[in-house]
Amino acid sequence: MSDDTLLTMENVNVHFHTRRGVVKAVRDLSLHIKKGETLALVGESGCGKSVTAHTINQLIPMPPGVIESGSVIFRDRDLLKLPEKEIRKLRGTQISMIFQEPMTSLNPVFKIGEQLADVFLTHQKMTKKEAHAKAVELLDLVKIPSPEKRAHDYPHQLSGGMRQRVMIAMALASPEPGLMIADEPTTALDVTIQAQILDLLTDLKDKVDMSILLITHDMGVVAETADRVVVMYAGRKVEEGTVYQIFDNPSHPYTLGLLNSLPSNEKYADHSRLEAIPGNVPDLLTLGDGCPFANRCSWADEACEKSFPGITELDEGHSIWCHKSEEVKNRSVR
Amino acid sequence: MLFPTLFGVVTLVFFMIALSPGDPARVMLGERASKEKIEKLRADLGLDKPLIQQYGLYLTRIVRLDFGESIKSGQKVWDEIKARYPATIELALCAMIFASVLGVWIGVISATRKNTWIDYTSMVGALFGVSMPVFWLALVLIMIFSVNLNLFPTGGRMNLRLFFQPETNFYLIDTFKLLLKGEPEYFLSALHHLILPSVALGTIPLAIIARTTRSSMLEVLKQDYVKTVRSAGIKEQRVVFRYALRNALMPVITVIGLQFGMLLAGALLTETIFAWPGIGKWIYQAIEARDYPAVQGGIIVISTSFVLINLAVDVLYSVINPKIRLQ
Repeated sequence: MSDDTLLTMENVNVHFHTRRGVVKAVRDLSLHIKKGETLALVGESGCGKSVTAHTINQLIPMPPGVIESGSVIFRDRDLLKLPEKEIRKLRGTQISMIFQEPMTSLNPVFKIGEQLADVFLTHQKMTKKEAHAKAVELLDLVKIPSPEKRAHDYPHQLSGGMRQRVMIAMALASPEPGLMIADEPTTALDVTIQAQILDLLTDLKDKVDMSILLITHDMGVVAETADRVVVMYAGRKVEEGTVYQIFDNPSHPYTLGLLNSLPSNEKYADHSRLEAIPGNVPDLLTLGDGCPFANRCSWADEACEKSFPGITELDEGHSIWCHKSEEVKNRSVR
Repeated sequence: MLFPTLFGVVTLVFFMIALSPGDPARVMLGERASKEKIEKLRADLGLDKPLIQQYGLYLTRIVRLDFGESIKSGQKVWDEIKARYPATIELALCAMIFASVLGVWIGVISATRKNTWIDYTSMVGALFGVSMPVFWLALVLIMIFSVNLNLFPTGGRMNLRLFFQPETNFYLIDTFKLLLKGEPEYFLSALHHLILPSVALGTIPLAIIARTTRSSMLEVLKQDYVKTVRSAGIKEQRVVFRYALRNALMPVITVIGLQFGMLLAGALLTETIFAWPGIGKWIYQAIEARDYPAVQGGIIVISTSFVLINLAVDVLYSVINPKIRLQ
């Protein structure tokens, strides 16, 4: 492990014990995030992206959730072994999070300045006045116009984009930000606002020297902001690489399918239907040990149903987990 | 909204009584009174005038808080109400404070420890509380705490040996002045007498408030903004009691307001058992005696209180939720 690594997850398994059985939400997941980089975690809803995020900041509801095994090393400490009190100190200071729904992520009955200031008051010794000043400073940092006034507003007085900026400000309320987890930060916003928020995130990342774990299902967002990409499917990592490797040479059948289903001007100039991946996401309750994508994959055979494939390294830093890597290789996006 | 509602209440009370069968003059004088006597009383009471004129006179009197004289006692109805209603308000207020503080607390604790034995115990307890007949609970409390353990008085508002002369009839206010003068025994005695009836009267509201708080709190704890403050590292206790509770309180306040209003009118059983000289018992006796002015006055005062409580609830809403606040 090199020195510039901020966070390393090794073989993490997260299960949810429900009435209908055990849902294996995350299986044998390993990933790392380097200092100052943006790692995109890509996959469709229910593939374990958010569970992965909550494994890092330890906000998985337990019960029913159980982190069965693995380790999450953040700045030389295993988060899974830390007592709750230590984790809480990390939350909001070194590991912060922004959510998908800016409309509901802020408490409707408190002024946004109060909510921001409270994060400072929780983690640092300062007076209420200083905390308020800090809050206004942050609102300015995330480019909210007339921050002094806005600090006295309630969430319902702000637009969705503005609220997401407040959420980002909240995630930055720390003297030593390390990792920001952004769980679909732009999904609920207009396209124009999306671009602004993504620009802001990229800007801030360089300004305050932090890493971002960007959770999304939007390949457009990935292309725009990410340095590296981890593609997840049904709780498993299926492909990992730099953003260039993933877009230039997607090699897992699922990644191929994802990129093929993107609308593009050249591809769909003459026929109007989008290509889709056939079939549905498997039920995590009944999923066996084979490759979870097997039932939707055109290359799949019996071997795929039986066991999950080992790693195939295609290039430096570019790996896939697929039995059929030889056949799929060089099959580029149409 | 306040004045139209009150006007409606006053009008409804008038016509209900005017339309109810039976002639008050006849009731007052008895079956064997002579026709002339009845006619004379009807004229004195203004009952011979057309209904609409009676209504007008009635309205002008109500505005001046003149509810007439009680047929039974001959005293001014307003004076009788002033002597009794404070006792009921004091008791209902104490019962509601007991019920609200404990109920909200139990509700929050059960919600945050959902599906643990604490949650199950308090919710089964709440079910018992709701289903408990007040008169029975009151008697059991007296049996245990007054008769067997001798901890509390069995009834009344004040130790009779203290020779206390009330001014406002809110004993806690009256005796507080004495407390400041260095005579605490009056205040303590008044408080001592309030405890058992408050517990008896407050148990049903307590149970309802606890259940409402729990379900409202469970709903709020699922919200995104709770996840936000958790992921910002705010302490769990602060997350629950500052950020979640304030949002969860809206329906709870509605319930508290409604329950409080109901206690003001419906404390009859508790008042009877604890020999509490309140308005519930007084109205009950007035109805029995067909003391129309007293019934009228009582109903108007109680419904006015109900409307005022609802107004207070509305004001509280806007304090808690900025979205409701008027621009």
